[in-house]
Amino acid sequence: MTYNYPDNSGHFGQFGGIYMAETLIPAVEELRQQYLRFRDDPEFKAEFAYELKHYVGRPSPIYHAKRLSESLGGAQIYLKREDLNHTGAHKINNAIGQALLAKRMGKKRVIAETGAGMHGVATATVAARFGMECIVYMGAEDIQRQAPNVFRMKLLGATVVPVESGSKTLKDACNEAIRDWVTNVESTFYIFGTAAGPHPYPMMVRDFQCVIGNEAKVQMPEMIGRQPDAVIACVGGGSNAIGLFHPYIEVPNVQIIGVEAGGYGIASGKHAAPLTANAKVGVLHGNKVNLMQDENGQIIETHSISAGLDYPGVGPEHCLLKEIGRAQYVAINDDEAIAAFDSLCRFEGIIPALESSHALAHAIKIAPGMGKDKVLLVNLSGRGDKDMNTVAKLKGITL
Amino acid sequence: MSRIDMTFAKLKQQQRKALIPFITAGDPSQQLTVPLMHGLVAAGADVLELGVPFSDPMADGPVIQRASERALKNGMSLRGVLGMVAEFRKQDATTPVVLMGYGNPIEAMGWEIFAQRCEEVGVDGVLTVDFPPEESHEAFEHLQRHNIAPIFLLAPTTNEARIEQVAKLARGYVYYVSLKGVTGAGNLDLSAIEQKLPQLRKHIKLPIGVGFGIRDAATAKAVSKLCDGVVVGSRIVQEVENSTEQNVVANVGKLVKELRLAIDQ
Ligand SMILES: Cc1ncc(COP(=O)(O)O)c(C=O)c1O
Repeated sequence: MTYNYPDNSGHFGQFGGIYMAETLIPAVEELRQQYLRFRDDPEFKAEFAYELKHYVGRPSPIYHAKRLSESLGGAQIYLKREDLNHTGAHKINNAIGQALLAKRMGKKRVIAETGAGMHGVATATVAARFGMECIVYMGAEDIQRQAPNVFRMKLLGATVVPVESGSKTLKDACNEAIRDWVTNVESTFYIFGTAAGPHPYPMMVRDFQCVIGNEAKVQMPEMIGRQPDAVIACVGGGSNAIGLFHPYIEVPNVQIIGVEAGGYGIASGKHAAPLTANAKVGVLHGNKVNLMQDENGQIIETHSISAGLDYPGVGPEHCLLKEIGRAQYVAINDDEAIAAFDSLCRFEGIIPALESSHALAHAIKIAPGMGKDKVLLVNLSGRGDKDMNTVAKLKGITL
Repeated sequence: MSRIDMTFAKLKQQQRKALIPFITAGDPSQQLTVPLMHGLVAAGADVLELGVPFSDPMADGPVIQRASERALKNGMSLRGVLGMVAEFRKQDATTPVVLMGYGNPIEAMGWEIFAQRCEEVGVDGVLTVDFPPEESHEAFEHLQRHNIAPIFLLAPTTNEARIEQVAKLARGYVYYVSLKGVTGAGNLDLSAIEQKLPQLRKHIKLPIGVGFGIRDAATAKAVSKLCDGVVVGSRIVQEVENSTEQNVVANVGKLVKELRLAIDQ
């Protein structure tokens, strides 16, 4: 099997593409050319590697969650500790890559959309690090549920703009960031936070995030003498997942499992799991993907306990991986994610992000049915400090 | 000859410029859209752009965003918009109607069914903001088969190679977005438009309409001197927003008459 996507026009099979208003087409084309130019540039690569090592703290370790695994009595659960990165999630890998590119393109103003706030914090961080002006768009509802991250962004010098339109969540923040970009296209670099959007973003974000899977591919044999039986990651837009999955696509006998947000359950309709629910293919935010929509093609409101997964679409490469059967996509409901969150706190002393808790919950679900010699590698995409308010509220506690 | 071509040919003969107002279908109510369309024509509109509301109008400013939200709340759908054009055509067989919006509602319906329905009800052109020529091959094929003009946008950032590409695909007229920004933005720059137009004319033999940021009679008049048609969107939609169901047709008619007078002067 040779897997080589996207094609030159940014398509992953029928998915992807560049569905943008004309004003922005030259901007994404310039971005594509500049990215292709610097991607293989030794100096760019060296600077990216340096930042990842000395600023982010990579490589992130892999940790064997022994007590948790023992309690389940089946497969061994290993965690790729992206939560230990500077700023507390995988988002920084991509933000640094794009900031280095912005610097080379002479852009002094960066904008970003954010859901959980982790990408916003990562962008605000790199903007401070490289001396750039930073504007972050965030849905008004997400500002409520991720208040600590809003404060972090402001401390870092970013302007956080609340978005009051639509469902007041991630998709609306994206709309508003695109509106800013179209207005300030010449001065501004849009640091997009996930492996979706118009070409080259799905490819570029994936490439920057592949450090996760590339490290894991070296670390697992060092730890257990072989690759894991499955790699598991949560899927919002899909950046932490594709970062882990992509290096494993052509590795035989490694199962790939993406975990979407099941919200109140697929049957309730109140979820954010377009792949699991077999959502129709449609066009939003610059790409053609499986998209949660009504019969008239209007995007429907999603629900997830985790702001970072609360998005009606999913990156095009995941749509393709599902279509060709190389990856499997499942959904984990809010209550299952919370239970997994609690388990990791109690068994391992690690407080995970609610997004990552979805991936963990699926591992917890399938581990008991597997042999003790089986190994599941879960991407612990972020830490849970930002979720204290949400979790406390659920437990009826006011902080 | 298509209704769009005929309209522009006649205007050229009369040495007049096209006035192309935009309204969002279903705003302020479904019942008022067809009366508004007739009112626009009576007030001097040459081509009607009828907005198909979408849940995520990324290229629109707050005024048209709110109109889309009102229209969707009123139950407006693409199917419903096509029904309105059929209704409009019962009394008006000559004024071209262009549907303007985002691609996903059409994707959901399917391009072939959509194009077929457009032909049946008398839609003349289709403009999908988020479908650039690169992604329009399939759409183009179906629209062509049913004699519907694909209307393309060009922008201040569009380079010459892309202008050439659009020139090959476009039918009816080409819509030049006069500024970098969303609909309803206030930063119109006349001299920038004037500088860009010769580059457009070099490749585009179709009429060129200019829109985005035209706010009053004075800007409409100034822009009309530079091109073949003036598109006015947010200003009209704002009038709809500020009116009651009782006076909306009259108010919008009055505004469009003022624009007409200014352009014809
Ligand atoms: C910790 C964490 N994990 C996962 C996600 C989901 O994004 P993606 O699917 O792009 O990895 C987010 C998004 O905010 C996040 O903060």
